[in-house]
Amino acid sequence: MSDLTQHTLLELQSQLQSGAISSVELTSTFLARIERLNPTLNAFITVTESQALAQAQAADAARAAGTAGPLTGLPIAHKDLFCTDGVLTSCASKMLSNFVAPYDAHVVRACQEAGMVMLGKLNMDEFAMGSSNENSFYGPVKNPWDLKRVPGGSSGGSAAAVAASMTPIATGTDTGGSIRQPAAFTGTSGLKPTYGRVSRFGMVAYASSLDQGGLIGKSAADLALGLGVIAGHDPRDSTSADQPVPDYTATLTDSIQGLKIGLPDAFFDERLDARMQARMEAVMDAYRALGAELVPVKLPHVAEAIPAYYVIAPAEASANLSRFDGVRYGHRADSPADLTDLYERSRGEGFSSEVKRRILIGTYALSEGYFDAYYKKAQQIRRLIQQDFTHAFTECDLLLSPTTPSTAFQIGAKSDDPVAMYLEDIYTVATNLAGLPGGCFPSGLVDGLPTGYQLTGPAFSEARLLNAAHQLQQTTDWHLATPEEITHV
Amino acid sequence: MALTAHDIQRTAKLARLGLTETETESTLEKLNAVLELIDHMQTVETEGVAPMSHPLDLTQTLRADAVTESNQREKLQAIAPAATDGLYLVPRVVE
Amino acid sequence: MYEAVIGLEVHVQLATESKMFSGSSTQFGQAPNTQASLIDLAMPGVLPTPNAKAFEMAVKFGLAIDAEIGRTSVFDRKNYFYPDLPKGYQISQFDAPIVGPGHVIIQLEDGETKRINVTRAHLEEDAGKSIHDAFDGLTGVDLNRAGTPLLEIVSEPELASAKEAVAYLRVIHSLIRYLEISDGNMAEGSMRCDCNVSIRPKGSQALGTRTEIKNVNSFRFVEKAINSEINRQIEILEDGGRVIQETRLYDPDRDETRSMRSKEEANDYRYFPDPDLLPVVLDEAFIQACRDALPELPAARKVRYTETYGITDYDASVLVADRDIADYFAKVAEASGEGKLAANWVMGSVMAELNQQDVSITEFPVTASDLAQLIQRVSDQTLNSKTAKTVFEALLNREGSVDDIIQARGLVQVTDTGAIEAIVDEVIAENPDQVANYRQATEDKRGKMLGFFVGQVMKKSQGKANPQAVNQILASKLSD
Repeated sequence: MSDLTQHTLLELQSQLQSGAISSVELTSTFLARIERLNPTLNAFITVTESQALAQAQAADAARAAGTAGPLTGLPIAHKDLFCTDGVLTSCASKMLSNFVAPYDAHVVRACQEAGMVMLGKLNMDEFAMGSSNENSFYGPVKNPWDLKRVPGGSSGGSAAAVAASMTPIATGTDTGGSIRQPAAFTGTSGLKPTYGRVSRFGMVAYASSLDQGGLIGKSAADLALGLGVIAGHDPRDSTSADQPVPDYTATLTDSIQGLKIGLPDAFFDERLDARMQARMEAVMDAYRALGAELVPVKLPHVAEAIPAYYVIAPAEASANLSRFDGVRYGHRADSPADLTDLYERSRGEGFSSEVKRRILIGTYALSEGYFDAYYKKAQQIRRLIQQDFTHAFTECDLLLSPTTPSTAFQIGAKSDDPVAMYLEDIYTVATNLAGLPGGCFPSGLVDGLPTGYQLTGPAFSEARLLNAAHQLQQTTDWHLATPEEITHV
Repeated sequence: MALTAHDIQRTAKLARLGLTETETESTLEKLNAVLELIDHMQTVETEGVAPMSHPLDLTQTLRADAVTESNQREKLQAIAPAATDGLYLVPRVVE
Repeated sequence: MYEAVIGLEVHVQLATESKMFSGSSTQFGQAPNTQASLIDLAMPGVLPTPNAKAFEMAVKFGLAIDAEIGRTSVFDRKNYFYPDLPKGYQISQFDAPIVGPGHVIIQLEDGETKRINVTRAHLEEDAGKSIHDAFDGLTGVDLNRAGTPLLEIVSEPELASAKEAVAYLRVIHSLIRYLEISDGNMAEGSMRCDCNVSIRPKGSQALGTRTEIKNVNSFRFVEKAINSEINRQIEILEDGGRVIQETRLYDPDRDETRSMRSKEEANDYRYFPDPDLLPVVLDEAFIQACRDALPELPAARKVRYTETYGITDYDASVLVADRDIADYFAKVAEASGEGKLAANWVMGSVMAELNQQDVSITEFPVTASDLAQLIQRVSDQTLNSKTAKTVFEALLNREGSVDDIIQARGLVQVTDTGAIEAIVDEVIAENPDQVANYRQATEDKRGKMLGFFVGQVMKKSQGKANPQAVNQILASKLSD
């Protein structure tokens, strides 16, 4: 592979460290590719070219001075809901289409302090609400494997950018599957860490008890390298866990002989396409070949995860999005007649229909007379689901399941049917409700489109989860499949 | 439990969301479909189950009482849609 | 006949350095929005971190009113839109407050005491301020105050009159000042009061429809607002009408309450646990540390004062209500060694002067040691009550120390018997008729007649003669 952009983060790291390439060279190469492909894919909302080059120069200077860290000079791009000081942070919403954030998110700062180079800000479903990236004020993102298809969502820009090698790695966020589902649709590797593993400070909130920042990359090993940068305790986030951050790369090569992998009955149901089922069989075989033991487990309440999720997430969102009122920042309606008019029109104009629907559901679920039947009930079911997982992990180390019921669907296929869209998250939301780490890794193509399998582990088991995925990527080549190069623009 | 147009209007009012008439109509239909999905929950027996607000079983740490912020008004009001003499402006509020 | 049922919700701004959920300063009176950080402005992506000191202060208050302390308290979001509320929700405590049921004792006018139960007290954040008169057709919003910690203290509806409500409010005020958890300055809004008022026929058990009078900002207005609201409700009922449950505002200029149109809309606050904050669990060590740090509270101090300084129960309760006045009194009593005189002076001249000048005891020109010295000069008979008043007034004008003033004004009391005898002889010589009358009068009439001679002697001595000595010498010389 002569094209630098096709390399993994680890490969680029060793080339930078050996002096074979400079960060400026690397950054310029990625910027050129972004410039060529973005008009087609629409993965980036903002490309921070001059800042990226300045950071790359600083990285090269640091390397020359002998002060470079392991990640110095490596490029990254951030989902556009991580606040970036002085750079547009739009959340793909008209509401924030003029919002130049006045501060950096914890994750952004952590990457900067590690010496990484920010290429730009990535497209997404507005306020992370969606599973197709069609719901963006900046237009839909195209799937690099088939431009007529969606890349998944809400971190669709992140997944498409990594799949099309516009960046070696990208941040994303996952509230109900928003990292794992797009990773599955684009043949990339994605990790949603344990709730509390990565600080949410500066990450614009969708549903605070479910949101978690994570990464999409080209391999499990790349995710291990990146997670070491963004994970860790942050006193500014009360829900950030004060747990030591292990060296996730150190355990990648451990043997998984004897690892117990549970197969939850509820995730291998009639909704799963037969050819998707075949891919799952292939993954199981590969794990067996590595010495893992596959055992059936039960998660009796996960069938209710989707209903519970679509109460809890909108309820939290309805309050989280109240701050967008046209007073201190963001979109403000022209010549408001009075205060109510200012609020109703600023919010009515600033939010898309899907965002409004979720605010309405959440508001309704919390309102007087409905609280117990909706919000409280959903939180009770959430407890039952968590207990299911706790029980399952007494019988196995990790859970294996499909990530999505099918491969990437056509743009427009589900955009007018919210229920069909919500069911996209059927295999992923339970992980968020329980706050567990979940990863999605490529499992081969069906009809020329990528599929992904999902690993879920107990809280703070990222090292083991990445170890298992990495071991599988050592004996299979599914994660190496790339979409056909886009040549016509 | 099916929503009526009135429910939508009342909820939109609470959430200060301006909806056009056509939006109200299409929203009604879609929200009822979503509520039908959500209502699956009602079949689960949850008597005596403690609601779970947080995935992690952690307790809050408290911050020491110290002033750590300084005046950033100029920077923060540079992105305000309407501010004069250091004040954010809204249409006249009558009390 | 009707009786009133009143409950108070008292909002106390806690005297922390930084805000409830951010590291911004809570200082009062700064330029608008200079103390409004990313967090106070609810910038996208920011998160709250709670202030430990606010919990300490709340727990101290709870302990002071014998309340249950919430070992596990939970923050909730209270959702409503208003320009002074940047997040569109207020972080408060709904189901699991930091302070559970407790009580205070209030003193009624007839000297009886009454127990008032406190339902709960919870931590929350203050809103910003709206400025309505600075711009034409626009309201300006200053968020410096947004996020200042508040303790909201909710009483049971057990207050039967405006006077009882004020007495309760004074007890709360006294407590927060003793605990040093707030300056309690009502004019600056550090303590604000919402009054829930309803009336019902005397003897009835059922509660009438209540109205809430928002944000009353002085003791006097609390009394007037409640009285005017009670009268308004009585008039409605007597005219056969119905009281509507609503929020009202007291207008001191017109001495009436009026409906708040902006709050007319039925509120549905949609409380739910704030997912950005975890349950706050306080262990025994934390609570014990708060208990150990409690100062002597008014009730205990009252007992101590009656025992140590020999003053009456009533005097003690007046003196201890304000911690600074209580401290002042104690210093005067200690330094002068005259508890009763100290109480008379503090409750009399000092408090009258404080009220008239509207200053606090800490800024009062007559220091505790000045007053103690003055009292000593009275007990050692250098001064009599009349000259003592003169010295007190001179101290108010900052004319110097007690002895300097006595010196400068030549106020030393004449106790020298020789000097007094000389004056008495003069007076006897100048008033032969009165002397003759006196000598002929019966014993019971003489007492009254002696006053004339005392007056003459005092006049001649320019008030400096010791009245006791004058009496004695006169009585003996006249009976000769």
